[in-house]
Amino acid sequence: MAYLKIDHVDKVFSRGNRETEVLKDIVLTVEKGEYVSIIGHSGCGKSTLLNIVAGLTPATQGGVLLEGREVNAPGPDRAVVFQNHSLLPWLSSYDNVKLGVDKVFGRTKSRAERHDWVMHNLDLVQMGHARDKRPSEISGGMKQRIGIARALAMEPKVLLLDEPFGALDALTRAHLQDSVMALHQKLGNTVLMITHDVDEAVLLSDRIVMMTNGPSARIGEVLDVPLPRPRKRLELAANATYLKCRQRVLEFLYERHRYVEAA
Amino acid sequence: MTIALQKSADAAATPVTASATIVPLSQPRASNVQTKLIPAAKEWAATLIPPIITVGALLLLWQILCMKPGATLPSPSRIWTDAKDLIVDPFFVAGPQDIGLGWRILTSLQRVAVGFGLASIVGVLLGALVGQSVWAMRGLDPIFQVLRTVPPLAWLPIALAAFRDSRPSAIFVIFITSIWPIIINTAVGIRNIPQDYRNVASVVQLNQLEFFWKIMIPSAAPYIFTGLRIGVGLSWLAIVAAEMLTGGVGIGFFIWDAWNSSRLSDIIIALIYIGIVGFVLDRMVAFIANIATRGTQAA
Ligand SMILES: Nc1ncnc2c1ncn2[C@@H]1O[C@H](COP(=O)(O)OP(=O)(O)O)[C@@H](O)[C@H]1O
Ligand SMILES: [Mg+2]
Repeated sequence: MAYLKIDHVDKVFSRGNRETEVLKDIVLTVEKGEYVSIIGHSGCGKSTLLNIVAGLTPATQGGVLLEGREVNAPGPDRAVVFQNHSLLPWLSSYDNVKLGVDKVFGRTKSRAERHDWVMHNLDLVQMGHARDKRPSEISGGMKQRIGIARALAMEPKVLLLDEPFGALDALTRAHLQDSVMALHQKLGNTVLMITHDVDEAVLLSDRIVMMTNGPSARIGEVLDVPLPRPRKRLELAANATYLKCRQRVLEFLYERHRYVEAA
Repeated sequence: MTIALQKSADAAATPVTASATIVPLSQPRASNVQTKLIPAAKEWAATLIPPIITVGALLLLWQILCMKPGATLPSPSRIWTDAKDLIVDPFFVAGPQDIGLGWRILTSLQRVAVGFGLASIVGVLLGALVGQSVWAMRGLDPIFQVLRTVPPLAWLPIALAAFRDSRPSAIFVIFITSIWPIIINTAVGIRNIPQDYRNVASVVQLNQLEFFWKIMIPSAAPYIFTGLRIGVGLSWLAIVAAEMLTGGVGIGFFIWDAWNSSRLSDIIIALIYIGIVGFVLDRMVAFIANIATRGTQAA
């Protein structure tokens, strides 16, 4: 039985009497510990799909099963790292992480244990030194690290990442990708990540889910990335498997499902 | 040349020794006075001198205009001789109705504190309800929009009829005057809470109460404080008017009493007191807002 199952999900947004079908018959299973990326052109419905898995948006048809049980409300078992970090600006880094920890472990961990757990997760993303800083006092990459720490600290069954590096410059992005890869290696999380960056998808994922353009976007193709871990971005640059995977995704996105508006 | 470069590079690399050689010199201290004290004094002068000049000029103009024999209003010098006791000692007590203006202001402020305090609590709660629930907004917003245009004093007869006592009536007038901007601004603040914060709250599974304290209040704080600031100003406007009608020892009644016994100089002094206190109240709320909302704006 699949760990996470997206079961024939349709999504229709209705505004007034106008209806737009964004997602059509999405079926996807993710195994425990797997790193799956969803790639597609902007506006095709990637965030909508992730929000449905997170329980933040209800599916019009179909549903989401986690360990065989239907989930239709948000919860810390499916922690989200949002594209624009979504840290609460009036809280320090420490308190932002603590907010989730207190809710999830309020009953099971003592105050001291929770403190240690917050610090442990800040250290995991190398942000222990920024514990007392407010989001406005740290850089975009650091904010995203805190966002990742906040999600990890909830010990989610599935970690949902919505274009987590989209707003960052190339160098910071590479740095964070390496961190996320190391964390995945170390903790073995199940990850569902949205991206529009082909290299990022190939570098990080075990499987890449390619979505067709909207409206009524569906899964066009699923590609296995049979690269051994740990992966090193420099060594992969000339790796035949890597290049082949990259080529497949590029072909899908820019030949068969070209973004019409951008052309 | 190369040696000199080498040396400076060394100095840069070992700042500890470099600073150790600088410390004994007294020069930085002397320049400290020059670089810090003098500009500070200049800044003070720049902010203080213009208002002093304008106030002086206005007093002079006033003196000239009201010195003529047929003048209807007292001149500044006349006020000084008439109301010297009120000006120099705000806190004298010479009898049950003969007390310094400081005491009267304090009495009025006490009423404002009660009325405005209640309005703040109820206003923020109602504002949160209206901002959070579409149905509460549809039901209540039209009522708020109509009621907020009712002038403060129009509430007084109803309050007197309901409470049959002047003290709670004055407090009620403050309450009902200042609550509308608090409700409306809080509601706007709540409606403007970014969806991201709501998403975070849902993922973490905050309950209603936690959401109220941990997300709503801090996120809407800048709006809430705008409402409170408008509200405190309105309270102060309303209390003076209400006290003129309800009596007692407040500053409002003092003005009414002074008018009835033709003590124009006293009235002018009272006006100055009221203006200054209103200004201080406004600045106090602004100051608290500054501290409370520091860093809460999204980066
Ligand atoms: N709440 C909503 N109401 C109506 N339409 C929406 C809503 N959210 C998203 N959409 C539409 O759904 C489509 C997919 O959006 P989104 O999932 O954000 O795309 P992506 O993340 O792939 O860029 C877009 O055309 C967008 O306009
Ligand atoms: Mg998106």
